[in-house]
Amino acid sequence: MEYFVQQLINGLTLGSIYGLIAIGYTMVYGIIGMINFAHGDIFMISAFIALAVFLILTSVLGFAFLPVVLLIVLIVAMLFTSAWGWTVERLAYRPLRGSFRLAPLITAIGMSIVLQNFVQITQGARVKPLPPQIQGGVTLLEGMTENGPIAVQLSYMQMIIIVTTLVLMASFTLLISRTALGRAQRACEQDRKMAALLGINVDRTISLTFVMGAALAAVAGLMFLLLYGVIDFYIGFLAGIKAFTAAVLGGIGSLPGAMLGGLLIGLIEVFWSGYFTVEYKDVAAFSILAIVLIFLPSGLLGKPEVEKV
Amino acid sequence: MAGETTPVPAADNRPAGAQAKAESRRAAPHTVPARDPHSLAESVRDAALAALLAGVLGFFFIGLRTDIAPGGLTITTRWTALVVAILVVFAGRLALNLFVFRTRRPVTGRLAAGAAAGAPQLATAAKWLMRGLFVFALVLPFFFITFVPGRDRQFIDLAILIMTYIMLGWGLNIVVGLAGLLDLGYVAFYAVGAYSFALLAQHFDLGFWMALPLAGVLAAMWGLILGFPVLRLRGDYLAIVTLAFGEIIRIVLLNWYQFTNGPDGISGIPKPTLFGLELKRGEGGFADVFGLAYDPIHRFIFLYYIIFVLALITNLVTIRLRKLPVGRAWEALREDEIACRSLGINTRNTKLTAFAIGAMFGGFAGSFFATRQGFISPESFTFLESAIILAIVVLGGLGSQIGVVIASVVMIGGIEMLRNIGFLSQVFGDGFDPVQYRMLIFGLAMVLIMVWRPRGLIATREPSVALKEKKKIGADLVAQGEGH
Repeated sequence: MEYFVQQLINGLTLGSIYGLIAIGYTMVYGIIGMINFAHGDIFMISAFIALAVFLILTSVLGFAFLPVVLLIVLIVAMLFTSAWGWTVERLAYRPLRGSFRLAPLITAIGMSIVLQNFVQITQGARVKPLPPQIQGGVTLLEGMTENGPIAVQLSYMQMIIIVTTLVLMASFTLLISRTALGRAQRACEQDRKMAALLGINVDRTISLTFVMGAALAAVAGLMFLLLYGVIDFYIGFLAGIKAFTAAVLGGIGSLPGAMLGGLLIGLIEVFWSGYFTVEYKDVAAFSILAIVLIFLPSGLLGKPEVEKV
Repeated sequence: MAGETTPVPAADNRPAGAQAKAESRRAAPHTVPARDPHSLAESVRDAALAALLAGVLGFFFIGLRTDIAPGGLTITTRWTALVVAILVVFAGRLALNLFVFRTRRPVTGRLAAGAAAGAPQLATAAKWLMRGLFVFALVLPFFFITFVPGRDRQFIDLAILIMTYIMLGWGLNIVVGLAGLLDLGYVAFYAVGAYSFALLAQHFDLGFWMALPLAGVLAAMWGLILGFPVLRLRGDYLAIVTLAFGEIIRIVLLNWYQFTNGPDGISGIPKPTLFGLELKRGEGGFADVFGLAYDPIHRFIFLYYIIFVLALITNLVTIRLRKLPVGRAWEALREDEIACRSLGINTRNTKLTAFAIGAMFGGFAGSFFATRQGFISPESFTFLESAIILAIVVLGGLGSQIGVVIASVVMIGGIEMLRNIGFLSQVFGDGFDPVQYRMLIFGLAMVLIMVWRPRGLIATREPSVALKEKKKIGADLVAQGEGH
């Protein structure tokens, strides 16, 4: 029981990170109908930016008060990662708008290769370890198993991740449902041509969609850095695919779906590692992707796609 | 960069305040003087913006570098590199603006006009190019032995590598180019072929020629097994599921230690024989029987001709299949799946044959890879490999056989040639190693070629069925590769 609760907490934490990345996939797919394959690498880029800002603030400038440092890191990482997201869209996707469907997918894969290798060359291929910054937590439950005593820990780090995700989700939902930008975004999602006729700057709306996705990925990147403490240039690939799986599982195009899918994928991965085998945890995620797409293509919360001849 | 369009106001259900905002926007165009996008000042301004963006993007990656040091991470700065990068972006963008984007007579416009005028000649030129390439490929090992005797082995080895990718490209072309099924997990079949041969040789002591057909059959079976669940999927979804399958196979190969030897891989894979003759030194070897002096280059030439023949078989089979009912069904499926179904084509069988035949050629290529390397491990079958093969097919022009050849030579050969460029290290200093930029350049080329020619390098293709006379089909006329 205690083991189960502990895994549940771990799964929710991991799932929050996947969910934040998944929103970027789901929004882009919703608005231009393509898989932004480079999104996982945008997440990786953000983790590197966060690491660099953190090091500058703590070791070069000598700030010591952690909450302020983390807040600055978060804001700077979001800004700079947004610039990356915007540039990727501008260079690789916008020239191909209206081209045939495979074209942007190919440039997306190309961009993913470019970003990975760019970071590998400029920052080196070795992993970058960051010692844990936020330690301690509260003990929720204590119990006994056949292997000895077990305590369910909810660390402060996990609390921060879950709370930040909730706050971001709430504000993001408000942004999409209440502001002019959100309205423009939803209009473009429904019918780009009609939206353009009604005076919405479609190109700018799409750019802003990429910027928002990148900013949320930056939050996920910082959390990943703080939670695991180890990053390298390759973390984007697996995280990207799992987040995409989350977006598909929740129903692509649906924001609450992306979050729900992220949490489910996180839980599945953690429980699979906890109760079955660690080696095959990625196989579990990939299998879910295949199974969902084959049997439930519109996901849990998505709208079924109507095929018109 | 993007021109601002003035939004059209006037809607009663807009929130308060929007009216005033709209009024001010309506007045705005009269106060701002129109800027000429072709002027020099605009070009410079745009280039400056691009340079600023480069500075922002490069700040944390080129300007700074985190390194592991005793007692934690340290940060080092490289401001000169950042400044150089910004200047390069500025100059590049400015040159592009002045000559292509923001001039009334772009340089590329003249090129395009010339190409359009010379299209019929281009077709005959392509035909002759194809024949020339074929003859060159036929005599290639002897060409290198005669003209570059010092480095012939290296060049033949490179030719073998390129030929392997050509074969893989042609195999994938059946699935992606003809049937329009976007497969991002093609490397799985390559892996199945390689492991089939390696394991058959290890456990049943089979030679290359015995194991080759078996590896093809096994790969084709895996093509069916993986193809069956994805029959209903199309487009991007199909791509991502095939990617997942490819990764699953790689992870299983990596972790099923008892069967595949896990990350350690399988070594000691036997070399191919020429009708029972081994290409080895001494008594009973190929050189001994034919009375030649032993030279290790013989083995490379032999390997080259094996992959050359395998690739030719792939090509011939593809060309013949295109004229058979199943090939026409593939192309019809690519253009419109619904129309296909309403005309009574069995889409399930059509898709499955495409998957199986494509996978079979992937399996052949995998067996060849195993025998050439003598050692295989799951490391060789990552997603990147699939992406490279797909890039070759798409950049060459979907469905175009000669396009695959050109793309392989350019992408694989061109990248490998980087190793040989000596003057770069004189320009950039001694520590400069062009090889580490391989994949970066590869990715950039993928993006740039795609943006420049979304239909691939060879965008026209011969129609497989013609009424009375054969017309060239421009690729922009058909909905290529959409899978529906």
